[in-house]
Amino acid sequence: MSTKVIVETTINGVPETFVCEPRQTLLEVLREELGLTGTKEGCGNGNCGACCVLLDGRPVNSCLVLAVEAQGREIVTIEGLAADGLHPLQQAFLEHGALQCGACTPGFLVSAKALLDAHPRPTEQQARRWLAGNLCRCTGYDKIIRAVLDAAERMQADGSAGEAALADKAEAGATGNAPQSSSRPTAGEEVRPA
Amino acid sequence: MKVTEKNGHEYRVIGTRPIRHDGVDKVTGRAQFGADVRLPGMLYGQVVRSPYPHARIKSIDTRRAQEHPGVRAIITAADMPALDTDAVAELGEGAIELKYASQLIMARDKVVYQGQPVAAVAATTRQAARDAARLIEVEYEPLPVVEDALAAMDPGAPLIHADLYTVTPGGGKAEQPSNVAKHIQYERGDLEAGFAEADVVIEREFRTAMVHQGYIEPQNATASWEADGRLTVWTSTQGAFSAREQLAQLLQIPAGRIRVIPMEVGGGFGGKIQVYLEPIAALLSRKAGRPVKMWMSRAEVFTGTGPGSPTYIRCKLGAKRSGALVAAQLYMVYDAGAFPGAPVGAGAVTALSPYRVPNFRIDGYDVVTNKPRVQSYRAPGAPQAAFAVETVLDEIAESLGMDPVELRLKNASAEGDRLVYGTPFNRIGFREVLEAVRDHPHYNAPLPERRGPYAFGRGVAAGFWFGGSLTSTVQLTFNPDGTVNLITGSVDLSGSRASLAMIVAEELGLEPHEVKPIVADTDTVGYTDVTGGSRTTYATGTACWRACQDAIAQLKVRAAQLLEADPDAVTFGGGEFWLWEEPQYRISLKEVVANLQKTGGPIVAKGIVNKLKMAPAFGAHIVDVGVDLETGKVDIVRYTAVQDVGKAIHPTAVEGQLQGGAAQGIGWALFEGYVFDGGVMRNPNFLDYRLPTALDLPMIDTVLVEVPASDGPYGVRGVGETPIVPPIAAVANAIARATGVRIRELPMSPERVWRALGGADQPASDDQAGETG
Amino acid sequence: MEAFAYAAPRTVAEAVELLVGANGSARVLAGGTDLIPQLQEGRRRASLVVDVKRIPDLCVLDWNPEEGLTIGAAVPCAQVAAFPRVQQHYPALHTACTLIGSVMVQNRASLGGNLCNAAPSADSVPPLIVHAAEAVITGPGGTRRVPVESVCTGPGQTCLAPGELLVRLHLPVPPPHTASAYLRFTPRNEMDIAVAGVAAAVTLDPAEGTCAHVRVALGAVAPTPVRAIAAEEYLAGKPLTDEHLRRAAQLAVEAAKPISDVRGSAEYRRHLVTVLTFRTLRAVRDRLAGGPAARS
Ligand code: FES
Ligand code: FES
Repeated sequence: MSTKVIVETTINGVPETFVCEPRQTLLEVLREELGLTGTKEGCGNGNCGACCVLLDGRPVNSCLVLAVEAQGREIVTIEGLAADGLHPLQQAFLEHGALQCGACTPGFLVSAKALLDAHPRPTEQQARRWLAGNLCRCTGYDKIIRAVLDAAERMQADGSAGEAALADKAEAGATGNAPQSSSRPTAGEEVRPA
Repeated sequence: MKVTEKNGHEYRVIGTRPIRHDGVDKVTGRAQFGADVRLPGMLYGQVVRSPYPHARIKSIDTRRAQEHPGVRAIITAADMPALDTDAVAELGEGAIELKYASQLIMARDKVVYQGQPVAAVAATTRQAARDAARLIEVEYEPLPVVEDALAAMDPGAPLIHADLYTVTPGGGKAEQPSNVAKHIQYERGDLEAGFAEADVVIEREFRTAMVHQGYIEPQNATASWEADGRLTVWTSTQGAFSAREQLAQLLQIPAGRIRVIPMEVGGGFGGKIQVYLEPIAALLSRKAGRPVKMWMSRAEVFTGTGPGSPTYIRCKLGAKRSGALVAAQLYMVYDAGAFPGAPVGAGAVTALSPYRVPNFRIDGYDVVTNKPRVQSYRAPGAPQAAFAVETVLDEIAESLGMDPVELRLKNASAEGDRLVYGTPFNRIGFREVLEAVRDHPHYNAPLPERRGPYAFGRGVAAGFWFGGSLTSTVQLTFNPDGTVNLITGSVDLSGSRASLAMIVAEELGLEPHEVKPIVADTDTVGYTDVTGGSRTTYATGTACWRACQDAIAQLKVRAAQLLEADPDAVTFGGGEFWLWEEPQYRISLKEVVANLQKTGGPIVAKGIVNKLKMAPAFGAHIVDVGVDLETGKVDIVRYTAVQDVGKAIHPTAVEGQLQGGAAQGIGWALFEGYVFDGGVMRNPNFLDYRLPTALDLPMIDTVLVEVPASDGPYGVRGVGETPIVPPIAAVANAIARATGVRIRELPMSPERVWRALGGADQPASDDQAGETG
Repeated sequence: MEAFAYAAPRTVAEAVELLVGANGSARVLAGGTDLIPQLQEGRRRASLVVDVKRIPDLCVLDWNPEEGLTIGAAVPCAQVAAFPRVQQHYPALHTACTLIGSVMVQNRASLGGNLCNAAPSADSVPPLIVHAAEAVITGPGGTRRVPVESVCTGPGQTCLAPGELLVRLHLPVPPPHTASAYLRFTPRNEMDIAVAGVAAAVTLDPAEGTCAHVRVALGAVAPTPVRAIAAEEYLAGKPLTDEHLRRAAQLAVEAAKPISDVRGSAEYRRHLVTVLTFRTLRAVRDRLAGGPAARS
C-alpha cells in the first residue's frame, strides 16, 4: 500500500479532484473511480488506442499516463466530445456504419477529433497514418476512414453553422444513401520502400 | 422512411440503411460493456495463472495473500465441484467435455497450458487484488512439454491426459491412451482410380499458426452471489443462455437460480462463448459475500482464452486436362491445445464440399498439446482448410494454363450436389459469386507494372460457411404510442439489433425506429442460442418474422372488434387492417395498439425457431498484392470481397461483415501468429501479435450477390463467417503470381517470404525465430 | 504494478537529489510509454518515480545558428517533429520522431526516454548518432557531455550512474551540403518495432561531388545502436554512385551483431542492413540533389 495523493484536474471542462495511488493509470481512475467508462481498456500497454483521451488537447493513451500526472492538466474523454448534439464525427460514424461492436469507437472518435483539429482536411493516407494507433478488429477500417473523411468535409463545408446541414444529411443517411462507391485503393500508390 | 430505389421494388424497410438503435450510446461512450459494471460494495478479482505449460501442482500456499490488507476471498480448484463425468458441455458453436471445461476454469493437480488459472483472489481494490495474487505461492514440478501437434501424435510423445483414448472413425475407442482425441474420416468413390484418371496431380503441405480472435474488449465478468443462493452474472458473452448452462454445470447449481445479464460485447468472433472468469467471479462472490468484478489483461486474453486452431494439412488434388476435379485426398491435423475439441470436423467438411469431387478421402485428427485450448474463431476450421485446397487449386489452374475462376466454375457445387458427409446442398449461390468475380472490373483491371524491387500479383480464392439455425426466441410487446418492443435473447455483436428491428418494421408496417430492440437476460426471454455461426439474422430474424405473424393474428382479432367485423373478414398490409370486402373500412396498426386496453388488454406475440434448413453462404475474394522482393514485405494494394448474402437486410452491416472478415483473414495471412518457445507464448501483446492497422489495409470493396436461401424470410443468409474463409489463400495465390513462389506456412511474414524467394543461403534454420505455433 | 512513490520536482537539482536519495531504486518518468508498461508487467521496479516533465530545463526546444539544436530530455517526439528547424536540418531525426509508436505515443514519448530506455531498436538513436548529438548529463558530481553513441552500453543499460539525469541533447548545426535520412523495416507499416533501422548523414564536397563526411548508424542489429564505421570510411572521398552505395551497404553489415528473436532472425537482420543502408544512402543522395524526401 502506498499513500494516496490528491489530484486536481479538469475533465471535460469541469474541475475535478480525485484521490489515487501513484501507480494507478489515468485510464483506471477515469473508469473505476470517476465512472467515466466510455474510455475503454483494450490492451493496457499502449498498443490499441481504445483508451485514447486528450491531455491538454493532445491525444494520448490513458493507460500510459499515471493519474497523478494529470495534476493541473485538462482532460477530454469521449463523454466530452458531444457538445450541443453529436459531434460531426459521431454523426458520420453512425451514418457510415463505422462501428460494429463499438469497443474501439470511443478511442477512434477522440483520436479522429485530434486529427481534424490538427489537419482539417486530411487525405486518406494521413487519416490512416494518424489512426494507425487505434486498432479495430471488426470493421477492416474502410467505413471508419470514410466516416472521418466525410466528417472533415462536412465540418469544412458547414463551418460552425453546420447543424442544419447535418440534420439534412442525417435524414439522407437514414434513407439509404450511405456510401459504398467502388474505390480505387490508395495504398497501391504507397508501396513504400522498406 | 421512404422507399428507396436501392432496395428495388419489393420492400419498404429491408435493404435500407437506418442508423442502428444502439449507435448513439456507442458513439457517446454510454453503452454499458461488461467491464463498465459498478455495484455497491463491489470487490475486484484477480486470477493467478501458471507460468508453466505443463507441470504438476505440488502445493498452493495462500497464507501470505490471505493476510494482505483488503483481501476478502481466495479460491483454488478445491472450491470448485470436482467433475469426473463424461458429460459434454454444448456451447452452441463447439463443445467441450465437462471435466475438461472445469480444469480450463481452474487447474486441479496439474497444469496443461501456460496461463491456466490455479487460484484467484478478491480484494477491495484492484491494486490490492493484484498485490495479493503475487503473494500466492504455488510450487510446480515441471513436466515435459508437448508443443507441436505432429510431435504430439508420435507414439512416444509424453501424454498430456492419461485418460484420453482416440475416438476412431467408426465411433470406437483406441486401446492405448494418446494425445489424439479423435480421428474422423470422410470417403467417396474410389480414390486410387480417381487419381489414376487425373492428368495433373498436385500434393502440398500447409501449416497455419495459432491465431487469436483479437476482439478489442478483454473478457470480463461481474458476479453477485446472494445469501439465498441466487447468482447474478453480468458479462460480455456471445450467449447468455450458454453462459448460464455452463455455470450451472460447472458449479453444479440449478440453472433456474442463475441469471445471466448479457452486457454489450466488444467483439467475440467465437471467442466469447466459453466462460472463463464467470465461474471464478461467482465463487469469489460466494466466499466474500459481496459482488466481484474482474477482467483480463491483454496478456491473459492471449494465454488464458481460446484462440483459433493451428493446423498441419496435406492436400492432394487430381484434375483432368479439362479442369474437372477427379480425386482429392486430405490429411488434416488440427491442434486443440490443452483439451480435445479442435474444429477439424468443420475443416474437413468445408475443405471439399464447395467442389464436385467424385473420389476423395479425408482424414482429420483432433490432437492435444500444451497450448491454450482453442475455441471457435469465425468459421472455425474453414480458413485453414481453404488455405490448403484453394492454393492447390490455383496451382492446378496454373499448370493447366486455365483461369483460376474458370477452373472453380467448372467444378463448383450447386443445389443438389452433396457435402462431403452426404447431405445435398439446397439453393446456393456459388456459381453466381464466381461469375460476379469473373465479370468484376477489379478482376479484369491491369496490374501495376513492376517498379524496381516491387512486383505485383493478383489472387483469388473462395470459401463458404454453413449458415446454421439452432434455437431463438423473440417476444413482441406493444406500447400505447404504437411502438413495439422487440425482446430477443440474441446478443448483439455488430449491430444485429438493427437488422432484427428492420424485419419487424417491415412486417408490421412501422419505421425501424418505432421498433425498440432489447437484448434480454436469461430470466426475461425464452431460451436463445449463442450469437455465432452466422445465425442471428437468419434464425433470430426468422423468429422475428414469426413473432410478427403471431402479432398480426392477435391484433386482427382486436381490429375486428374495433371495425365491428368478423376477424376472418379482416386482412393486414402496409401497417393497416381492413376488411376484405369493404376496403374503405380500415384502421392502422397503431390505432389498434392504442386501443388494446379497451379490446381485451395487452398482447404478447412470440416467435420461436428451433430448426431451419442450412443456408450456406459462398464467397470469393480478389486481392492484388505488391511484394518487395528485397525484403519480402507484402502490401495489400487492392481488395474486393464478393459474397452471396441471400438478401441484405441492412447492406451497411453486411458490407461491414465482409470487410471485417477480410481484414481478419489478411491479418492471419500476413502478420498474426502465436510464437511459442517450449509452450510459452513469447508475444502476448498487440505489439508483437500484429493485428492489421488502418495503414496496412486499403479500402475493401464489396459485392453483395443475392441468391435467396431456401428457408427463412426474404431469402436471407447469415453472412458473418464466410468472409474470413477465402482471404488467406487469396493472398497466398497473389504472392505466388507476383513472385513465382508459393508460401505454404502462416503467417506469410516478410522474413518467410524472403526465405522462400531464396534470400537466405540456407532454408530456415535454428537461427530463425520460430514463427508458428 | 507494484506500489511506488511519486515526485514531480521543479529543478534538475531537486531531481538529482531525489534520485540520489533513492539509492538506485528510483526511475525517471518522462513520457512513460516504456516505463509504465515495464512497471506494469514487472520488467522494471521502482520505489520512487520521478516525473521530470515539470522541470523547465528538460522541456526546452531551441535552435540557434551557432550551437544548433537543443532538445530537453522530456520533450515529446511530436513536439520535436513539429519544430520547423528539425525537419529542415535534421530530417533523419524528424522521420524517427514520426515513426515511434503511434500519434498518441509520439505525444508522450520523449527522446530522452527513448535514449535512456536503451532498447537496441530505439528509432531515434541512430538518427541522433548521425546528427552527432551529445547528451548532457547532470549528477551529484556535476554535469558532463557524452556523445549519444556512447550513452547506451547494452540492452536496457546506459552509461548513466545512479543519481544521474539526462537533461538535454545537443545537435550541432549541420555543415552546408548535408543531408540525412532514416529508414527502418517493420512488418506492419506503423505501430511496430524496427527489425532493423539505418540512419545516414552525408556532407558533400560541392567542388568534387564526393563525400566530405559520412555517418551511418544501425539500429536493432546489435546490443546497442552502432555506427557502421567500415561503410563510413569506404564512402569518404567517393561520389555517391549506386555502385559505391552498394558496396557501403555490404560493409555496413560488419558492424551488425544481431540476435534472433520473435521479430526476426539474425540472418534476416543482416540482410536488412544491406537493403536499408543502400536505400537510406540513396534517399540521402536524392535529398542532396534536392529530390523528394524519402520516408521509411
Ligand atoms: S488500452 Fe491503452 S492503448 Fe490499449
Ligand atoms: S468496432 Fe469492434 S473493434 Fe472496432
